[in-house]
Amino acid sequence: MSAAAAPVETRGLVKRYGEIVAVDHVDLTVEPGDVFGYLGPNGAGKTTSLRIMLGLIRPSEGSARLFGRDPLIEGAKALAGVAGFVEAPRFYPYLSGRRNLQLLADYDDPVSRSRIEQTLELVELRERAKDKVGGYSHGMRQRLGIASALIRQPRLLLLDEPTTGLDPAGMRDMRDLVRRLAGEGITILLSSHLLSEVEELCNRVAIIRRGQIVYQGALQDLLGTAAISFQLRTPEPDRVRLILLAQPGVSDVRLENGELSFSADDDAVASATVAIGQARIPLTALVPQTPSLEELFLGMTGGESSDHDRPLAVAV
Amino acid sequence: MTAVARVYRWEIAKLLAQKRTYLGLATVVAVPVIFVIVLTLKSGAPSGVPLGRYIRETGLAAPFVVLFFMSIWGLPLVTSLVAGDIVASETHNGTLKTILTRSRERGQVFTAKALAAITYTLTLVAVMGVVAVVAGSIAWGFHPLTSLSGTQVSAGHGLVLLLASLVVYCLPLAGIAAFGVLLSTVTRNSAASVVGALMWALLMQLLGVLPGTESIRPYLLGTQFDAWHGFLRVPVDWAPATRALWLCALYITGPLVAAYLFFLRRDVGSE
Repeated sequence: MSAAAAPVETRGLVKRYGEIVAVDHVDLTVEPGDVFGYLGPNGAGKTTSLRIMLGLIRPSEGSARLFGRDPLIEGAKALAGVAGFVEAPRFYPYLSGRRNLQLLADYDDPVSRSRIEQTLELVELRERAKDKVGGYSHGMRQRLGIASALIRQPRLLLLDEPTTGLDPAGMRDMRDLVRRLAGEGITILLSSHLLSEVEELCNRVAIIRRGQIVYQGALQDLLGTAAISFQLRTPEPDRVRLILLAQPGVSDVRLENGELSFSADDDAVASATVAIGQARIPLTALVPQTPSLEELFLGMTGGESSDHDRPLAVAV
Repeated sequence: MTAVARVYRWEIAKLLAQKRTYLGLATVVAVPVIFVIVLTLKSGAPSGVPLGRYIRETGLAAPFVVLFFMSIWGLPLVTSLVAGDIVASETHNGTLKTILTRSRERGQVFTAKALAAITYTLTLVAVMGVVAVVAGSIAWGFHPLTSLSGTQVSAGHGLVLLLASLVVYCLPLAGIAAFGVLLSTVTRNSAASVVGALMWALLMQLLGVLPGTESIRPYLLGTQFDAWHGFLRVPVDWAPATRALWLCALYITGPLVAAYLFFLRRDVGSE
């Protein structure tokens, strides 16, 4: 294992279920220290990719490596320093929360056991730790899932829709926890269909649609690379319109109700203002209309709503 | 090996925390107790069963007679109840993904599970034997036993023969358990595995009674359920027990190896 290996690196990952391609040539790279948002509508292939990374299912093609180790080849050794869950975390309903953690610690290396109590404290489950998990709420199981991951002292945390099904307070607590863990230097790969969540927590994102990655990179770049539209107000809109039409890098020039709108990147808009100034035409307003992540997302995922359970591919 | 031992300990703990485990244990306690109580209240002997007419001579006859009754259906049923569930219940609970994303290899997890299923099988037979001896001895005393050959064997020697019989009986029963574990791994469905393991036992019995199967009969799993009868003869007939030993080794390892290989490669998706 090389120290420089990326926490997550998938290359050409494919998973087919019969005719259906759940994951279609996915190349993902998560760098150390990232809080990486894996964003896509339900059924787009997020969970299937995470299952492959954790060695739960075998890819039809390609490879997934965690810190340079492929779970397909190295088995559980590839999960050294890695923890997380796919879908809702599951436990033995007939055992208490604490017994479940003790069990899982014994499936780990012996070091985990000593961390159980402090981890129960961290996820605020200490008082219910003696109760059977069968009686836990969804939110409590979700927190127990985080606890079961943290007793492994991971360097990489894989979380599949950690806030799904939680009430607003539970979602806030979970996000606070994720931020706190990221602050401790744990690399986090977090799948979500909630844009606001990814916008709030993540520095890098990948957007998956029907099994394919349609964008991958820094969140800021995603917002920045998109052609930004501008609104412009001037006493002489017709003259300005002609200048804009002649500017390279300016497009979608429209004049409606005396107000101009156009799309341009930063350089093009800068030279456009110089040209307008040289023509001695006054401007009363030039307002950039930054698209929200929501708009970008809907554009990239073909307008499929992200907030409803609409299976696009097989839900696995 | 210590890794497997730690996982095995938890497999046993999981069994002890589930109701289904006690259903089987309750059965192997209740059957000999009820059997002895009924026979102390009513006169007459169980008919059509070897040793049946000697039942009141000594408590030592009770475990043999109970084993005659339980060997074909009762014990295969309760053993497959747990063996058929041991992997399927984890699939059903969704906990398979939970334990397979820790540091233990799949092979270690499977080995611990198979050992736990076999442990349960052995425990059932042992508990039934002990309860039957104790209940029988309370009712009728601990006296010398009349063998199938009609000769008397001392009580101490009878106990040794009982132990040998139970051990030899456990071999084909473990074969049923192994088949249950295989079905549990492949079908991922508890009910299907329990029924399937019983069907396997039934099929083996059925093949044994059909005409034209005489040549393969000694090698069927069902036939091995009677191998312990050899210990009730004087002198002891070792041939069936010896054959059961090597044959059941195949009936146990075959399904377990297949299940092991399947378990190593199977996808753990959402069921």
